[in-house]
Parts: sequence; C-alpha cells; structure tokens
Amino acid sequence: MNDSHYCPHTPQEISEMLSAIGVSSVEELFAPIPAELRAKTFNIPPGMSEFETFDRMRAIAGDNTQAMTSFIGGGFYDHIIPAVVDHLSGRAEFYTAYTPYQPECSQGTLQALFEYQTAICRLTGLDVSNASLYDGGTACAEAAMMALRVTGRSKIIVDGCVSPFSRQVLKTYFYNLDVEIVEIAPLDGQLNRDELVRMLDDSVAAVLVQNPNFFGSIEDFTALADQVHGVGALLVASVYPIALGLLKSPAEMGVDIAVGDGQSLGNPLSFGGPSFGFIAARKSFIRNMPGRIIGETVDRNGKRGYVLTLQAREQHIKRHRATSNICSNQGLCALRGLIFLSAVGKEGLADMARLNRDKAEYAKSRLAEIPGVTVLQSAPTFNEFTVFLPKPAAGVVAELLKLGIAAGVPLGDFYENSDQALIVTVTEKRSKKEIDTLVKELEVALCN
Amino acid sequence: MQLIYEQSTPGRRGVKLPQSDVPSAPALPQELLRKESAGLAEISELDLVRHFTNLSRRNFSVDTNFYPLGSCTMKYNAKVLENAAALFAPFHPMTALLPGGAEHCQGTLGMLYDLGQMLADITGMDEVTTQPLAGAHGEMTGILLIAAYHAAKGNKARKKYVVVPDSSHGTNPASAAIAGYEIITVPTAPYGDMDLELFKQAMNDEVAAVMMTCPNTLGLFNPHIKEISDIAHSHDALMYYDGANLNAIMGKVKPGDVGFDVVHVNLHKTFGTPHGGGGPGAGPVGVKKELIPFLPQPRIVMDDDGRLLLETANPATIGRTANFFGNFGVMAKAYAYIIMLGREGLIQASEQAVLNANYIKEKLKAYYDLPYDMTCMHECVFSASKQLKHGVHAIDIAKYLIDKGYHPPTVYFPMIVKEAIMIEPTETESKATMDAFIEVMIEAARTAESNPQALLDAPLTMPISRLDETKAAREQNVCCAW
Amino acid sequence: MSIYFTKEHEWVKVKEGIAAVGISEHAAHELGDITFVELPKIGKSVKQFEVLGGIESVKAASDIYAPVSGKVVKVNEALDAAPEIVNESAEDAGWMAWLEISDESELKNLMTQDQYDEYLKTL
Repeated sequence: MNDSHYCPHTPQEISEMLSAIGVSSVEELFAPIPAELRAKTFNIPPGMSEFETFDRMRAIAGDNTQAMTSFIGGGFYDHIIPAVVDHLSGRAEFYTAYTPYQPECSQGTLQALFEYQTAICRLTGLDVSNASLYDGGTACAEAAMMALRVTGRSKIIVDGCVSPFSRQVLKTYFYNLDVEIVEIAPLDGQLNRDELVRMLDDSVAAVLVQNPNFFGSIEDFTALADQVHGVGALLVASVYPIALGLLKSPAEMGVDIAVGDGQSLGNPLSFGGPSFGFIAARKSFIRNMPGRIIGETVDRNGKRGYVLTLQAREQHIKRHRATSNICSNQGLCALRGLIFLSAVGKEGLADMARLNRDKAEYAKSRLAEIPGVTVLQSAPTFNEFTVFLPKPAAGVVAELLKLGIAAGVPLGDFYENSDQALIVTVTEKRSKKEIDTLVKELEVALCN
Repeated sequence: MQLIYEQSTPGRRGVKLPQSDVPSAPALPQELLRKESAGLAEISELDLVRHFTNLSRRNFSVDTNFYPLGSCTMKYNAKVLENAAALFAPFHPMTALLPGGAEHCQGTLGMLYDLGQMLADITGMDEVTTQPLAGAHGEMTGILLIAAYHAAKGNKARKKYVVVPDSSHGTNPASAAIAGYEIITVPTAPYGDMDLELFKQAMNDEVAAVMMTCPNTLGLFNPHIKEISDIAHSHDALMYYDGANLNAIMGKVKPGDVGFDVVHVNLHKTFGTPHGGGGPGAGPVGVKKELIPFLPQPRIVMDDDGRLLLETANPATIGRTANFFGNFGVMAKAYAYIIMLGREGLIQASEQAVLNANYIKEKLKAYYDLPYDMTCMHECVFSASKQLKHGVHAIDIAKYLIDKGYHPPTVYFPMIVKEAIMIEPTETESKATMDAFIEVMIEAARTAESNPQALLDAPLTMPISRLDETKAAREQNVCCAW
Repeated sequence: MSIYFTKEHEWVKVKEGIAAVGISEHAAHELGDITFVELPKIGKSVKQFEVLGGIESVKAASDIYAPVSGKVVKVNEALDAAPEIVNESAEDAGWMAWLEISDESELKNLMTQDQYDEYLKTL
C-alpha cells in the first residue's frame, strides 16, 4: 500500500528493486542497526493531504494578530517588495538547486551571486564581498573574527549603540574563546568617542560601530577611522542598506569591513527569517573572509564564466583551520536582495531612502508636539528615532498593541534607566494617515 | 550572458516608488551624505525579468534534473510548502518581544514550539532550539552548549578537545574550532566506521565532546555507536550528533536513544525545504535535559494554560546565536512537511531513501570500485579508481553526467575515499529515473575505457565548457569593476 | 650545496648558517596549480617540524613544516604575486623562506636526495 507523499514506487517496483539488491524486505536493509538500539516509540501524528496541511497552516497564521500597523524596526524593517522579487526568486531553477559546486550547470546561481557581490561592493564602496552570511547579527561576529585573524590581536571594542541583538550574538560566538570584548556605554544615543579614544591601544583588533545606530542616530565615523587605524586596529561598521541610498558609504568613512542585515532588501519580515547577512571588505583581507566567494574566470574557449573560488580557505578543505565553518548560507535571500536592488535601481534607492527619512521626520515632528514628549538625540536620524515619553514606554506600547498599532520598541529592556524611551521606526510603507493615527492614539494613551 | 550592470542605461528606471504624502525633510548635512548614488543597475522591469529568467535557465535543479548530490539530500520540495511559508510573511519578529507582544504571536510561537516537540521526538531529545540558521550554525551552537555544560561543572579549563572521525563533514572540526576547541581526528577502519581501538586510545578526561554523523558519510550505520557513547560518557565527554544524514533513520532509531546528548537537524535536507542555491537552510538543535538551562534566548515556553511565553532572562544561557527565532520561513515549511507526511510518511521516506541507495549501489558495483561493500543506508560511495587507470578522474565522470542532463553526485568528498563518487538518490526519485541514471553511469564507465578523451572533454552541451578555477583563485575578481 | 627532505615533502639547503626552505617538486606536482603561498612573518622563530606556513591549490590546502629549527630572516615575496613559480621551479626559484639555523645537527633527522627518492617509491 503506497499512501504516502512523494515516494513514487509501486509495490511491483519495490519488489523488483528488492530482488535486484538480493533481500526480501526493506526492513532487511536496516539490519546494520542493532535491534536493541531501534526506536521504541515514534509519536508523530498521522499524516494528511496537502489541502488539509495548508488549512492547518492558515489556521496557525490566523492565531497571530493580523494587520498590525507597524512602527517597529530594531534590525528588521517593513519595506516594499516589488512583485518581481517573489516571481523571479520563485523560479524553481534557483530555489531547488544547491551550492554551485559544478559550475557548468550552475551558471545561473553563480552569475547572480557575482552580481550580488558587485551590488554589495557598490553600496558599501568596498572592494570584495561574499555570497552571503546568515544574518546581520552573525555578520558582526564573523567580521570581528575576521579582524582577529587579520591583526593577530585579541580584543574587540563594541559601541553600546550597536544593536543589542548583534552584541549578544557577538558575545555568544566568543563565549568559549580567549577574546576580550569591551562595550562602551552610549552617550545621548551616540558613540562616546572620548571613552573610545581612551581605550584604543595596540591590543585592539577592531572597533565595531553601527550606522544609523540602534537609537536611530546617524554618525560620521571618518575621523574615528583615522584614530582606529592609528593603533593598527580595524574599523568594522554594521550598516542599514536602505540608508546607504543616501548616507556616506562605509568606504568613504574609512571603514575596513562593512556588514549588515539584508532583510530590508526584498525579504519579508517572516517572523525573523530567513534574511541574509552581507559583508564587504578591503581586497587585502579577502583570504580572511568567511563563507563562499564567487569569482570570475574563463572557460576552455576563453568565454567568461563564474566559479566558487578561494575554496581552499573553507571548511570542506581546510577543516579545523578554515576561516569559518559556514557551508549553507542564505543564497536565495541574497538573490532576492539583488533583484530588489536591481528593480529599485541606482536612483530609485536614493529616492526610497529620502522617502523613509521624510516620513520619519514628519512623525518625529508630530510626536514632539505631544506635551511631555521629547526627542532623545540631537544627532540627525534616518527612519528611526528615539523619544522620551512622560511615562513608562512598556505600558503605552502594550495599550497601543491592543488597537493594532505596534508603536515602537521600548528601550527599557536593553539599556538601564531608559524605561520611558521608545524607538519609533517609520518606513516608506507608512502613510501620513497611519502616522497621524499613531500620534493621536499615543497622545490618548499618555493622558490615561 | 551580459551582467545586469552591462545592460544598464543611465537614467533608466525600473520599479516605480510610492509618491510622498508628507512634506520633504530638510536635507542632511553634506558630510553625512554619499558623494554619488551607489552604482546599482538601471534597467526596465521587462529587461530585468528576462535577465533573471534567462539566468535561472542556466541552472540544474531538483525540479529540472535528477540531483543525486551525496550528503545534501536533494529530495523533491513540495510546492504547498512554499504557499504555507508565504502565510507568515507579514509578521514582525520584534512584536513577540514587546511588552504584551507574545499574546499577539501565539500562532507563530506555537508553531515553533510544536516543531521543537516533533523534532525532539524524531531525534530522541528533550528540548529543541530553533535559533540556529544552518547546519554548521547548529553545530557551533551545540558545541557552545557543551562548553557551557562543562563550565557549569567547573571543568572549563580541563576540557580542551573535540574528537571527530576522519570521515566527518568539514564543518564538524571547523565548528568545534570556532567554538574554542582543539581537534583530535580518529581514522576510519577497513570496516568503514571510526576505528574503535584508535578511538579508545584517543579518549581521555580532557575531551569535551565526540562529534559523529550516523549513518556516516560513507552511508554506513555504526553498529558500535552505543559503545562509543558509553566510552565518551565515562570520560564526561558529551556525544554530538550531526543530523546531516537523518533522512536514513526517521522512526527507525533515535540519536537520543543510542547515547547522543546534542543533535542538530538540517531542515533543508531531511524535512524537504528547498536548498535555495546554497541556502537558506535551518539547523535547529536538540538537547538532553541536562543541557536545557544553557539553551539560547529567547526560549519559547508554555504556561499552565497552554499560552506561549518568551523566557529572556535565564542567567545560565549561552546567549543568542542569531537575531531572532531562526529562519522562521524555513521552519514553517518543515513543519508543514512533517504534519503532512506524518508518522508513516516519515518512516516510508527513510525506508525508500535506503532502498533507492542500495538499488543504485547494487546496479553499479560491477562497474565502479566500491571501497566499503556492505549494506548502505541512504547513500553509497564509489571510487573512480578503475577509471583512473585510463586517466579518468571522478570529476570527469561528473562532467560527462552534466552533458547527459544529470547533476553530478558529490565528487570532492569524503576525503578518505580517493576519487569518491557519493550518490544519494533520496526517496522521491522513481525507479525509471534511477534506471536511466544507472545506464548513463555504466556508459560513462565504458567510455572511460574506450574513449577516455570524451570524458576529459565534457561537458560540451552547456553554455560554457570547463572553467579555469586556478585563474579565478589567483586573480580574485569577485566584483564587477566600476 | 646538499639538499635534504622531510617526510612532509619540504626541502632545505644550508649555506653558512642560513637554511633555504621550500616544497619538493613531487609535492608541487601533487598539489597541482598553486594559487597561494602563505609566507611566514620575518622574525618568527620555529622549531623543527613545526608549522612554518601554508600552501593552497584550487582544491587543497597544506601546511608547510619547518625542516629545521630557526628564525625567519627572509621570505620569497615574489610568490605573493606569482605563486605559480612554485609549480615551475619548486626546488629553486620557488623557495619560500630563509631561516637562520639554530642547530645544524637537526639535518640528520632529514632524508638525503637518494633517501627521498626511495621514500617516494614507497608512497
């Protein structure tokens, strides 16, 4: 009886195969597993049709609150996704292939990822990139490890304005290693530069900063880069790719390694993943870069083509001495990123960045009109900013959630003495009307 | 094909953006702005669609070609899984972390919780974290959990080594090294499993963990696995299970029952989620109860009323290995796959994966050297050593297969078999497909004798011929100049 | 000037207390087209048979072990731009480093050319 999914054999075929093998039952093939080790229970429920499966999944999705108007960011952003992104990345030739080990029958993936690497290099202004990392947090950790390899040193200084999630991931990666991680407490939502300069010495491998930072502040790290380089350390910056449509690029600031989360580039929120991490660096660091790298070359007839290159750095060849343990990456999400960037285009990305900032500035000025509400930072912001409320932010956020408005992320969970602070994010998808409603409901909640 | 940048025309626009409905903000100070817009493509939507559609046609994929890439479990990816994952696109992960937010995310948190329970049952573990974003990421997470276990017992300084067999995936030693351990490698015995005597000699109280793939990368189930676990435990070393080959044993044997303490599962291999041209996968990690206190945060827990909550302040946790809850979209597909196949379907998947691999092994062993000739599980490993006598390497056979419309088996691995040809058909391939593949493999073996040059010249039917990988590695041209 | 070999296929030639070190022609051939030579830092001190540097081809990566103890006084920077020199002239222009040798008696732990040729036949 063949009632399962996607196993095509008829009973007749199974018996033909068994006799070709020379056994009388499929069970005999499991003879190498000692009988006393065999599973005694297996409690997975009985299966169902694909129609019932989809209904069940729809019911699960329905258990989440629907149609939330979102002013939350914190690393994941609710941006437009052009229809071409789903349709083209949904080509089965892309999504049902795997790592392009055999270049002759994988030129589609390889060329697309080469174009992706190029897009990341052009966005960041840096020389080399790879075929993606897991996410923005792990990309920070990988960049830090890369800096340790490049410098041969063992201390990382981290700006406390870097996403608390990324900082936690970084600490976890170094949980069992002899690497010193020093965090610098933020000063009014910005890097405390005096404190950083005091800590710089020739034991420091890298300084990790973020732009715009977790509070939303835009910073210029150009002068800092010189100071960091002065002690032989590297400057690593985590950046927000949509903001790079407008903001000074990492290379223009003197950053050595740029990383970030690519979710905002054509990947849905999807409750946190999959997205992808990107990394770009100066060319001289290429051998210390983690993950897969696509390179251009020629075939036997001199025709241009693309291959996985510098594989001898990777785990499948260099094993415990590899530059990283990465095997599967987030290639399809990176492809979505490339399609997104190509569809929006050169000037489109700049327009989109401006649109984000315009909406956020409008929301910022409207919120600042509410009595008792003040904006934290004097620094300019992009599409996120931090406000102080006249009462604890947690309660206000919980109230507005009941109205279907995610008003922002309270800072209290991440920083001391900031219970009244709220990070508000406004992307191009939020209408003036939605912003006005947020302002109105927040004002009501603050009066209660 | 031209690069997308070579098709660009300055000033051309693709997708139209929404009009602004708010006033323009005052410009930012000049020193904060980039000098010129990033050099992205400038292309019409139709040209963009043609570009990527034509690129996709230059790929072999499961949906277009038999793809018996050993160790990667390239099974069919059911289309309903794609539809199911799309249902979750609008949910922001941060919502769950807001005050009172978990209440608004009971569906997604509940699904992750249930998936964890089902994976725990399949692997014989007590709890699962869904945070790791890929198999190797799961390995690193698992080894960090083991480090936390030893540290909590005051043994951090003493535990220095992780033992791996030489047949292991390269990710095992790489992940253990990144997690702070030195590696001891144990050779494979002539019977195809880690040499038990050499393993015993390698073990001592400084070993933190033993990492095993079972069945191993030769496709063989190690009958001594319980004994190995017992020896490891006698030194207070924990057993780590690399779940890459779990597709062979669902419902047949549970890693937790044979002594493993930590497992990772590759959802993109065993549980039918697509491989995405390199990713995304997902690498949930299961642990025995002694290790639960160290699991990454936020941890999803259920209260007495069956409501899902997030535990975020456990002092013993290793921390966080990714930003949010893992590759949720991949998890949604794996969840749908498991509930759809159900108990019997998962068992049948493993049975037919093993049946298919043994069938191919029997049919080809007269033509290719089979270094470990015994009943295999879900994959079999040949060597092209016979063909090498005619100057034909495994890679040449691979290229010949491309010309015949087959994605080649794995040929660079495992490193312990010279000229390895590692074939994993998976359970979703029909007998007719495999018979046709077997014919072509036999034809390749004959051609290796009669006309080896034909194999050395392959492939001839692709848009490009063999590529100069040395030039790529020496020149490192990884980005289109601008 | 005599040449000595290790079992890991490094060679060494000693003259006036300086040891030139590289990999054998056999090793270079086995690796295939060499794409990168990881040279040691000048000033680095190594003991005999410790890791001195590394070498990569497209599909392989190997460590280079020091045939004798000593301090690195010079490296072959030409290999940075042209690693293929090792393929073309492994035992001459493809040298990798000069070591200031600390104990010449260590040479007795190595193979002579004849011994190495015999050794290769056993592989």
